[in-house]
Amino acid sequence: MANRVGMEVSVAIGEVVKLANADVIAAYPITPQTHIVEHLAELVANGELDAEFIPVESEHSAMSACLGSAAAGARTFTATAGQGLELMHEVLYIASSMRLPIVMTVANRALSAPLSVWGDHSDAMAVRDTGWIQMFTENGQEVIDNILCAFRIAEDKKVLLPVMVHLDGFHVSHMIEPMLLPELAEVDRFLPPNQYPLPLNPTKPVTMGDFAPPVIYSEAKWAQEVSLRGAREVIDRCWQEFGDSFGRHYSAVEGYHNDAKVLLLTMGSFSETAMTAIDRMRDEGGDVGLVKLRLWRPFPFAEIRKAVKGAEVLIVLDRALSFGGLGPVLSEIRAALYQMEKRPKVVGFVGGLGGRDISVAGFEEIVKRGIEIAHQGSPQEFETFGIRE
Amino acid sequence: MTKPEGELTWRDIEIGSIVTEPGNARQYKTGDWRSQKPTYDFNRCIKCAICQIFCPEGCVNQNDDGYFEADLYYCKGCGICAKECPTGVITMVEEKE
Repeated sequence: MANRVGMEVSVAIGEVVKLANADVIAAYPITPQTHIVEHLAELVANGELDAEFIPVESEHSAMSACLGSAAAGARTFTATAGQGLELMHEVLYIASSMRLPIVMTVANRALSAPLSVWGDHSDAMAVRDTGWIQMFTENGQEVIDNILCAFRIAEDKKVLLPVMVHLDGFHVSHMIEPMLLPELAEVDRFLPPNQYPLPLNPTKPVTMGDFAPPVIYSEAKWAQEVSLRGAREVIDRCWQEFGDSFGRHYSAVEGYHNDAKVLLLTMGSFSETAMTAIDRMRDEGGDVGLVKLRLWRPFPFAEIRKAVKGAEVLIVLDRALSFGGLGPVLSEIRAALYQMEKRPKVVGFVGGLGGRDISVAGFEEIVKRGIEIAHQGSPQEFETFGIRE
Repeated sequence: MTKPEGELTWRDIEIGSIVTEPGNARQYKTGDWRSQKPTYDFNRCIKCAICQIFCPEGCVNQNDDGYFEADLYYCKGCGICAKECPTGVITMVEEKE
């Protein structure tokens, strides 16, 4: 039986990494991820978790140490946020290209400048193309559940790719929440030992991170793309089996009254506020619903099309700017729906930057304005919410 | 490698492009990068092996007569051996092949 606990989400992440029996943690502390690695350092120092904790001098080194650890076949965990994720950037590509199963939680944080330690999705979107599996979570329970899933997905022989589990900085990372923490035996049943097929081993030497001339580079990259797309099958099966074992169900795209004519699309913790707003609007007779995008990479094209089929208006909220372009989620959704014969009008908003809240009333305003734009158009490609004129 | 690189498809590539056959860099002949090549006047050679020690490619070996000579399949023509040779055995000339 699981234990019902009340604790800070960051501390619970440490506890679940302990239950997953990680072998190596290499991390550099950065707000708002700090409490995760502090707690893990404590668990290792106290002898509660038999792991190597590598206190590195930067995030670039943290991810580099993770490469070596995963290549040796060790179960490898790290965590970062914002600028830290950016400092890792080039090594992120190497982790996915070398097919190393590393699990990383990202307590999403806005990017400088001006300096902000508060949450938005700029950091996650900036690493969109690095070849990692990226999933978003709404609350503490979803985070710890998906860390267990992340280890299982990453280490699956058909996948062997690193996974980022995103949680909103402060809005989730620093909350004290009631959560069901599984028993060790339950985790052991769900999560098999890591068996990396070609680990660094002096008796069977291999070369990792070799170079590829033009005659072979394209083939190497396509093999990687095929593996990331192929991961979908394993991800879906993992969530299915997690649901069967623990009774909590996850999927790439989740709907909340998504048979409505007007749909809102959100990611991460804002989905919870949006659900309350949807409830209120429905109580007042509004035909509105919500689509929550959990899996960001590999992008669930077919599921998105299915989730919005029948809607007339789809209002997409981005918590990041792609300077000079559309919001990253908006452009992906528009592209996904383009080939539908009958598709909803897709309206985009950017809001919730750098820790700015969007309240329930705020989501109601977004929906109201979104419907207006869908019918009357807007002078802009997308609109912002809550920015003072 | 079982097949030359140019015949491998994406399906043939090991996970993460891992190379499972150690030492196969030998198959990659780098000599055609060269714009200059070393030539030798072995009459002056004292067999000190300095050229072999300094060669960054590790491609200098002793020939049947005990003189040190670059393997031109791998020599990139950098000229370090010619610069370091204490008796002036080696002269770099343009590679015309």
